[in-house]
Amino acid sequence: MQFIADGILNASLIALGALGLSMTYNVLRFANFAQGEVLAIGAYFALGAVTVIGAGVGVMGPIKFGWPLLVSIPIAIVCTSIVVLMVDYLVFRPLRNSNASRITLIMAAFGLSLMGRNLIHLFAGGDPKYFSFYIPKAIEIMPGVKMVPDDLAIIALSAIAVVSLHLFLKRTNMGRMMRAVSENPTLARINGIDLKMIIRMTWIIGTALAVTAGTLQGHIFQAKAEMGFDMLLPMFAALILGGVGNLYGTVLGALVIGLAESFAVYFDLSAYRAAVSFMIMLAVLLVRPQGLLGERE
Amino acid sequence: MTPINQHKVNNPNNKILEVHNLVAGYIPNLNILHGCSIHVCVGEIVTILGPNGAGKSTLIKAIAGLLNVVEGHIELQGKNITGMETHRLVREGLGYVPQTENVFAKLSVAENLELGAIHHRDTMAETREKLYDLFPDLARFRNLHAGKLSGGQRQMVAVGRALMASPSLLMLDEPSAGLSPKLTQVVFQQLLKIRDSGVTILMVEQNAKAGLQISDRGYVLAEGVDRVTGDAQSLLHNPEVGELYMGGHGKSTMENVVTATTEVSEPSNGGDSA
Ligand SMILES: Nc1ncnc2c1ncn2[C@@H]1O[C@H](COP(=O)(O)OP(=O)(O)OP(=O)(O)O)[C@@H](O)[C@H]1O
Ligand SMILES: [Mg+2]
Repeated sequence: MQFIADGILNASLIALGALGLSMTYNVLRFANFAQGEVLAIGAYFALGAVTVIGAGVGVMGPIKFGWPLLVSIPIAIVCTSIVVLMVDYLVFRPLRNSNASRITLIMAAFGLSLMGRNLIHLFAGGDPKYFSFYIPKAIEIMPGVKMVPDDLAIIALSAIAVVSLHLFLKRTNMGRMMRAVSENPTLARINGIDLKMIIRMTWIIGTALAVTAGTLQGHIFQAKAEMGFDMLLPMFAALILGGVGNLYGTVLGALVIGLAESFAVYFDLSAYRAAVSFMIMLAVLLVRPQGLLGERE
Repeated sequence: MTPINQHKVNNPNNKILEVHNLVAGYIPNLNILHGCSIHVCVGEIVTILGPNGAGKSTLIKAIAGLLNVVEGHIELQGKNITGMETHRLVREGLGYVPQTENVFAKLSVAENLELGAIHHRDTMAETREKLYDLFPDLARFRNLHAGKLSGGQRQMVAVGRALMASPSLLMLDEPSAGLSPKLTQVVFQQLLKIRDSGVTILMVEQNAKAGLQISDRGYVLAEGVDRVTGDAQSLLHNPEVGELYMGGHGKSTMENVVTATTEVSEPSNGGDSA
C-alpha cells in the first residue's frame, strides 16, 4: 500500500509537468525538450523567493512549507515566464517565421535545455539546494500507510491545478480559443484570433505548470540543475501513454508512470526506475498506438 | 432561364470590395495571381469561376490576408486592407469560409459558433437566435462535435460560424463542394436569404450554372488573371468563357461546359449524407 501513496505523490508532480508539455505540444506543435529546464529554473526562482522571505516563517500546523512557499510559486511563475517569453522571442519566433520544421524546433529546444542546465550550474552551483531543513514527520493515514502532511498537501495542490486547467480550457473564452488554435491555426486566425497572443498565453500556462511542479518537487526533495531533465522521460511517457492532447489521458498516464516508478523502488529495482516507465509506455503503445485515452486520427 | 434573384442594387459607385491589380503567391518569386482585379458592390452576389488551379482560392486567401501581397491593393468599405493581418479583418467586416477544413471538428457546433463571435460578444445571443432561425439544424446539433456531422451540415456550421461575426462581406470558397445537386440548391437558397438580410456575398463556385443562377455578376479567372466579367446571364452564354474553361480547346458556351464538368465532378464528390 505504501508504494501506492508514494506513487500518487510522484504521479502528481509528473502530471503537472506533463500537462505543461501537452500545452506547448498541442498549440505550438512541437515537443519542448527544454520543459525540464523550465521546471528547474522555476524551482530556483522559488527557492530564491523563499530565501528572501525567510525559510521556516509561517509554518501552517503539520504542513511545514507554510505560506512563503505558496507565495514563492506565483513569483517564480512570473520570473520564469519572462525568461521563457524572451527565449521564445529570440529563438522560436524567428524559427516559426521561417517555417522551420518540427525537428528544427525540437533540436533548438534540446540546445536550450543543455544551455539552461549549464546556466543553473554557473549561477547556482552544482550542489543540490534545500528549501528548508525540516525533518519530515510522517503520519499514519491508513493502517500501514504513512505520509508526510506536506506530501498530502502537494497532491491536493496538483489536483487543484489539474481541475483549474480543465475548467480554463473548457469554460473560458481564452481556453476555447486555445483549443481552436491547437486544431486549426489558420481557421482560428480567420475567426479573428490573434495567434501571437495565444502563443504567449500557451507559454505562460505551460511555464506555470512546470514551475509549480518544480517548486513542489524542490520542496520535498531538493533543487538541482538536473531535476527537470530527470523528469523529462517520465513526463513524455505520461503524455504519450495517456494519448497526446487528452487532459485526462495525461493525468492517467502520469498515474501509471508514477505508480510504476514507485513500484520499482519498492521492490528494490531503483536502478531500473526509468526503464520501467519506458517499458510500460511501449507495451501500451503496442496495443493502443493512440495512447490510453487518445482518439485515433 | 430567368435568374431567381430579381433585385438590382449593384450601383457601381457603392463598392464594398475593390481588388486592384493584385499580384500574390505562396512562395517568394512564384506568383500565382498576376494582376487580378475584381470588385463587389453592396448587396450583390458575385461568383468567381475558372478552371482548376486558376487561382480562385488564392485570390480569396489573398483578400483574407493569408498571403503576401507583392503588388496591387485591396480596399474593403473604402479602407485599404492590403497587408492587414488576417485576425484583424473580422472586425473590418470580412467573413470567410474556406474551401476545406472550415470547421473545428473537435469542438461542438455551439463552440464553433461562439468562436465566430469572439469580437462580437455583446450581440452574440441575438445573432445566434437569428442564425438558428435560418438554419434550424444548427440548433438541433449544437452539442455535437462538428467533426461528426455530414458534409452538408458541416458546411452549414462553417457558414453559420462566419455569420456570427455579422460580416458586411461574406466570402465563400466553393460552398457546394461535396454536396448533392439537391442540397446545393438548398444551400444556395439560404445564401439568397443571407444576402437579403444585408450581407454581400463573394463566392467561388465550381458548379457554374447553379452559382450564376443566384448571382448578379461573375468573373472568370484563368492563370491568375481575371479574363472575363459580366452579369451572370451574359456569362452563361459567352463562348469565350467556355473556351477558358476548357483551356482553350473547346468551342462551346458555358452552358455545355458546365453540364460536362458537373457530370465529371459529381462521382468524386463522395456525396453528402444530410
Ligand atoms: N499552399 C500552397 N502553396 C503553394 N502553392 C499553392 C498552394 N495552394 C495552391 N497553390 C498553387 O496555386 C495555384 C492556384 O491554386 P488555387 O487553389 O488558387 O486554385 P483554384 O482556382 O482554387 O482551383 P480549384 O478549383 O481546384 O479549387 C495552383 O497552381 C496551386 O498549385
Ligand atoms: Mg479552390
